[in-house]
Amino acid sequence: MAIFRTRLDWGMLFAFLIFLLICPLFFSDRILTIMTMIGIAIISVHGLNILTGYCGQISIGHVGFMAVGAYTSAILTAKLGWPFWAALPCAALAAGMAGLIFGLPSLKIKGFYLIMATIAAHFIIIWLILQLYYVTGGPDGLAVPKPRIGSMVLKSKVSYFYLVMTIATLATLLAKNIVRTRAGRAFVAIRDNDLAAEVMGISLWNYKLQAFFIGCVYAGVAGALLVHYYGFASVDQFPFMDSVWYLGMLIVGGMGSTSGAIFGAVSLKLLDEMVTIVGPVLSAVVAAQAAASLALITRGLVIILFLIFEPRGLAHRWGMIKAYYRLWPFSHEE
Amino acid sequence: MNFFLQLVVTGFALGMVYALVAIGFVIILKCSNAFNIAQGHFVMIGGYLGYTFLVTFGLPIWATLVMAVVAAIIMGLLIERLTLRPLVGQPELAIIMMTIALASVLEGLATLIWGGEYKTYHGLLPTVALKLGEISVPPESLIGLIVSIVAVAILMLLFRYTKIGLAMRATAEDLQVVQSVGIRATTVYAVSWVIACVVGVIGGILLGGVSGVMIPLAEIGLKAFAVVLLGGVNSIGGAIVAGIILGVLENVAAGYLDPLLPRGGLAQVFPFIVMIIVLIFKPHGLFGLVRIERI
Repeated sequence: MAIFRTRLDWGMLFAFLIFLLICPLFFSDRILTIMTMIGIAIISVHGLNILTGYCGQISIGHVGFMAVGAYTSAILTAKLGWPFWAALPCAALAAGMAGLIFGLPSLKIKGFYLIMATIAAHFIIIWLILQLYYVTGGPDGLAVPKPRIGSMVLKSKVSYFYLVMTIATLATLLAKNIVRTRAGRAFVAIRDNDLAAEVMGISLWNYKLQAFFIGCVYAGVAGALLVHYYGFASVDQFPFMDSVWYLGMLIVGGMGSTSGAIFGAVSLKLLDEMVTIVGPVLSAVVAAQAAASLALITRGLVIILFLIFEPRGLAHRWGMIKAYYRLWPFSHEE
Repeated sequence: MNFFLQLVVTGFALGMVYALVAIGFVIILKCSNAFNIAQGHFVMIGGYLGYTFLVTFGLPIWATLVMAVVAAIIMGLLIERLTLRPLVGQPELAIIMMTIALASVLEGLATLIWGGEYKTYHGLLPTVALKLGEISVPPESLIGLIVSIVAVAILMLLFRYTKIGLAMRATAEDLQVVQSVGIRATTVYAVSWVIACVVGVIGGILLGGVSGVMIPLAEIGLKAFAVVLLGGVNSIGGAIVAGIILGVLENVAAGYLDPLLPRGGLAQVFPFIVMIIVLIFKPHGLFGLVRIERI
């Protein structure tokens, strides 16, 4: 079945693409920055969605794999003078390889044990980056050149916005298609019942590692885009709690749904922005530490409330709304 | 040789602290099959509670312990009722994410209430500083050892000889069967979270008295998971043995290998390396229940 089934779907797709194209005409640099960050988050969450949402292999080390991609790209462009376009695929590949290595335990363990293995992966990766300071700069970080097309350097916010949005759109289409392939259906089978999947002839060894590879390739691309945006790579850009937050995006958006990944990334990034606006006000009124605690408390509370009241996420709610209007006037609440 | 012995003794002290955190974790797991990522945060909250009662209110030590235990019981009941009970029967990921979110909220509350600063109340708790020859024994090792052993003894008796202990073990095994024979699963869950909170908070007060308390103290929870995995996730005694093994190994490895590494800091990452090795080669740990299942 085609992804875009009706003329309305195609129309909405083109309307959205045109909207993205003309965005920079209306919006300030600040809003474009937020949208760029949302785009990077969407790429990363797509990867996590394939790994966790479709294949059921829970990973809380996603940011670690982003760091692998980020530093690969940073070292290749800054130290070896490679162009960004050659470094990006290498970054994706390096993150994918790291994913394969830390995905190995998934062949023997699952659930909580796998979560622990991925948490360990995050800390080991960050430690290794700090150890290899003669190439990575260790705690001092590494200056990264901006990407360029021919002689044009993508240093303005607008040009980087276009770059990220192009890659995010392609990544979304790719993610949507991956889950429709043989591999994608194998992932779902493994998630729903790994024993049954194996009996049906799906090689768990093969497909679990494929899921890790694909998920981490997405993470690597997102990480590389992140450091090239800042023009600087540092381990502080990859804190452990961000991995949790990406998983939170997946829960809020809805697991195992490509649109869910987008819903989650957009809504939680916007929530973050709201916190950064409200935080300083609260700090001035209540107490100096209110801003720091507000971010932690809202992040935690959002995940708690979604887990209790809408465990299937925004994508499910969106589907219900669509069904409601399709069936109108015979629709009824579930 | 003295250097080696000193490393071993300090590592032993560290291991006892790990074990204290790990015990609270194992209790929740034994009763409700829930993996509690927030256990390190209970310890951190405990440390701050100790500061509040001892320094801010100026209470004596016995009153502090009583008040802290009361606070821990309330905290445990609230956490269980508000966040974990709605998730009974939900997939494992939902429960783990819930405890992670809980950790985030607790960290936020601690930042809000205590300002996230380093607080210390050294000297207010009775500490023992020993010297064996030229090796100094850190005071937290003795406190940790005594509290861990007492806690483990009480809990083992609880699990083996009391009715509620039996109910707790049964609940972890099969929720439906337990409910059909008339055990109130909700009571069991509440009790398990209360015990975990109390163990965590008492550990936090003792730790805070020795080395002070701050927000990053909660990260000890993540390291304690290596202990839990090494000891076997459902073995309380295993937590202590694994805690000692890991603490000593970490300290000795860091002591001898750090000078060879360009940046050092091996102690920060060592538990995680052990974790990966245990997960690949012996996922059920040293004393864990081996469940035979195909993956």
